[in-house]
Amino acid sequence: MSLLSRVRTWLDDRFHWDDLIGPLKKKTVPVHRLSYWYFLGGITLFLFIIQVCTGILLLLYYRPGANEAFESVQYIMTRVQFGWLVRSIHSWAANLMILTAFAHMFSVVFLRAYRKPRELTWISGMLLLFLAMGFGFSGYLLPWNTLAFFATKVGTEITGQVPLIGHSLMVFLRGGEDVTGATLTRFFGFHVAVLPGLTTLLVLIHLALVQYFGMSVPPGVEARWKAFPSQARQMRFFPNFFLRELMAWYIALGVLGALAAILPWELGTKADPFASAPAGIRPEWYFMFMFQTLKKIPAKVWFADGEVVGILVFGAAGLVWMLLPFFDQAGGGRGRKFIMGAGVFALTYIFAMTIYGYLAK
Amino acid sequence: MDTSRNNGISRTLLVLLAMALFAGKARAQAQNTCLDCHGALDPPLQVTELQFASDIHSQKGLTCASCHGGDPTKADMEAMSKTAGFRGKIERKDVPELCGRCHSDAAFMRKYNPSLRTDQLSQYKTSVHGRLFGKGDTKVAVCIDCHGVHGLRPATDTRSKVHPLNIAQTCARCHADGAYMKGYAIPTDQFAKYSTSVHHDALVVRGDLSAPTCTTCHGNHGAAPPGVDSVQNVCSKCHVFQDQMFEKSTHKVAFQAAGLPGCVVCHGNHDISHPTDAKLGSGPQAACMRCHTPGDPCDQARAEMLSGLTRLDEAIRNADKVLGVAESSGMEVSQARLDEDQARDALTKARVTIHSFKKELVEQDIQEGLKIAAKNLQTGQGALAERDYRRKGLGFALVFILLTVLGLFLYIRQIESQPPKA
Repeated sequence: MSLLSRVRTWLDDRFHWDDLIGPLKKKTVPVHRLSYWYFLGGITLFLFIIQVCTGILLLLYYRPGANEAFESVQYIMTRVQFGWLVRSIHSWAANLMILTAFAHMFSVVFLRAYRKPRELTWISGMLLLFLAMGFGFSGYLLPWNTLAFFATKVGTEITGQVPLIGHSLMVFLRGGEDVTGATLTRFFGFHVAVLPGLTTLLVLIHLALVQYFGMSVPPGVEARWKAFPSQARQMRFFPNFFLRELMAWYIALGVLGALAAILPWELGTKADPFASAPAGIRPEWYFMFMFQTLKKIPAKVWFADGEVVGILVFGAAGLVWMLLPFFDQAGGGRGRKFIMGAGVFALTYIFAMTIYGYLAK
Repeated sequence: MDTSRNNGISRTLLVLLAMALFAGKARAQAQNTCLDCHGALDPPLQVTELQFASDIHSQKGLTCASCHGGDPTKADMEAMSKTAGFRGKIERKDVPELCGRCHSDAAFMRKYNPSLRTDQLSQYKTSVHGRLFGKGDTKVAVCIDCHGVHGLRPATDTRSKVHPLNIAQTCARCHADGAYMKGYAIPTDQFAKYSTSVHHDALVVRGDLSAPTCTTCHGNHGAAPPGVDSVQNVCSKCHVFQDQMFEKSTHKVAFQAAGLPGCVVCHGNHDISHPTDAKLGSGPQAACMRCHTPGDPCDQARAEMLSGLTRLDEAIRNADKVLGVAESSGMEVSQARLDEDQARDALTKARVTIHSFKKELVEQDIQEGLKIAAKNLQTGQGALAERDYRRKGLGFALVFILLTVLGLFLYIRQIESQPPKA
């Protein structure tokens, strides 16, 4: 008996291992012309795992604090063996993770995978996207460089515009009235403790829901399969789909490695809170569409402050977007058309405003 | 009913406002009636309210009568009666003394501006302007020629004729006017030359108000050309280290013996250009070879110093170039970039040490700079080597990843080509 078989028998004797992994063995994945969209969720999960691993490695050397943060990241980049690779992969993977999460979200919208009974899967996914953006926002400040410092200043200032709770929220985020070393330690706490805890919990819920309901089949394909059951095709999750997912992960790893080696993530110059803001302060790309909108919105919209109106509109749009599955059910055919229209509009708007934000001076 | 009541209140308010305005105007007229007429007259007798209000003296509470006498509280010609002490137009010959009446009175001036000097008149009397004026030459500058009159602003005001940015033009009004300067036997190209100088560039183009203008070297109220012996003292006000080096050099003694005016021998005066290492060369910009003979020991020392400066300059450029490539490849070389400034400082120091004309001292600075530049170059080269190592590593990793992906692909094909187990 091989060692592997002996371990397996040992586990089976105690935990009934075969019963535990039984459902996974039986799990299947629908096969159709749009199956490749199923990989995006898995790639996002892979990038999250990379983030956790590289984040833990960075924690070995990173020191939060206005006087040490920049120097510690500089040390990681120049002195620590493969520190440059770990930091660059952490930064690139963060951005790619948000990109794949966005792509995953839009694929779910356009394939209508959010439909009953997967409403909670959609909501948990949306919450995970918000958490990922929170990771990005808090992590951006941690190297304590000029660009991140002023972008955080602008970002938290925008938070301060939220009606009623804005100022308190801003003070809570900043740890005072201004962006200081206190903000840095606070963001560090969010980034390495609060957000990972919440994200891990939500990822487990999201995966459990995906496991429980199985993969959604696009309505068109589903209708055809109902009409012609012989056309319905399934693939075993283990090993067929899993191996394909593994291929996707390997390719993602190759892309990550290439980006980290050819375009190492820049460090910039150390933040000087007393210096004036340099030109071209921009947030991370995934906040750009909101930033550019708030920049272009008139100072006064009717009688209200333009920025406040913008924030309220984005807040309302985010809430409506999260409740999308319920509009689909309630609205029938019109609801579906509305959701498709909203999806196309959101995608076009985000894309156009992001490009505009980078091109505008 | 409400409308008529509101109208009544509005009318009352308007009447009160008109009365307040009228009372204010009447009070102003009671204080200074001069502007009522002179505001309406044609130049040169015209002094508008706006012009006078912008005058520093007016702002400090002085009136027309403070200089011209008379009684501005009286209307019409009564204000300008001899009995009221009216002096009329101030004769040019009386201007310095009139201004000095207040500006030389420390107790009086303290009430308005305690930090303002009160030696302008005495200084003026020592100036070339003042000395000629004392001899009866009224063509030379008096206070109002530089400071203006009626609308006179403090020197800190950018619109003032004596603000650092405007001084050169103010001086040039006379000194660049060939016809006006005829008979004084001095050149009139100073302003044209100064406009091409490094000092003008610093002051006007870069807006550095500490950069020199005419008065910085010549003085203002005591304006005079610096003599041969004092040129070095004038320049050393800003170029302290160059002065210290020159002071200990053999040139100091030689120049004094030959009656040569220090710094300007090599650098010129009004048209001082940005000094380059070419000054040490043997080309058209060369300063040394104007006096020295090719091949003499001084020429050899010059060549050695120039060679040292060139070596350091090239070493810095090389390191900069390599660090630039490393930086654009995404390598972290910010500390070496910062250290490059130290190498540049060493080059600047060596260029200052040139004024000692001692090649050993210059060589010390050059060696210090070369050491830093070599270290930075090494850092840059190390970063480039590291970049290449990373790229090779990436290549190997990608090959491994591709092989794994290919292996997985083939494995999937293999298991999917087998018929399912019963």
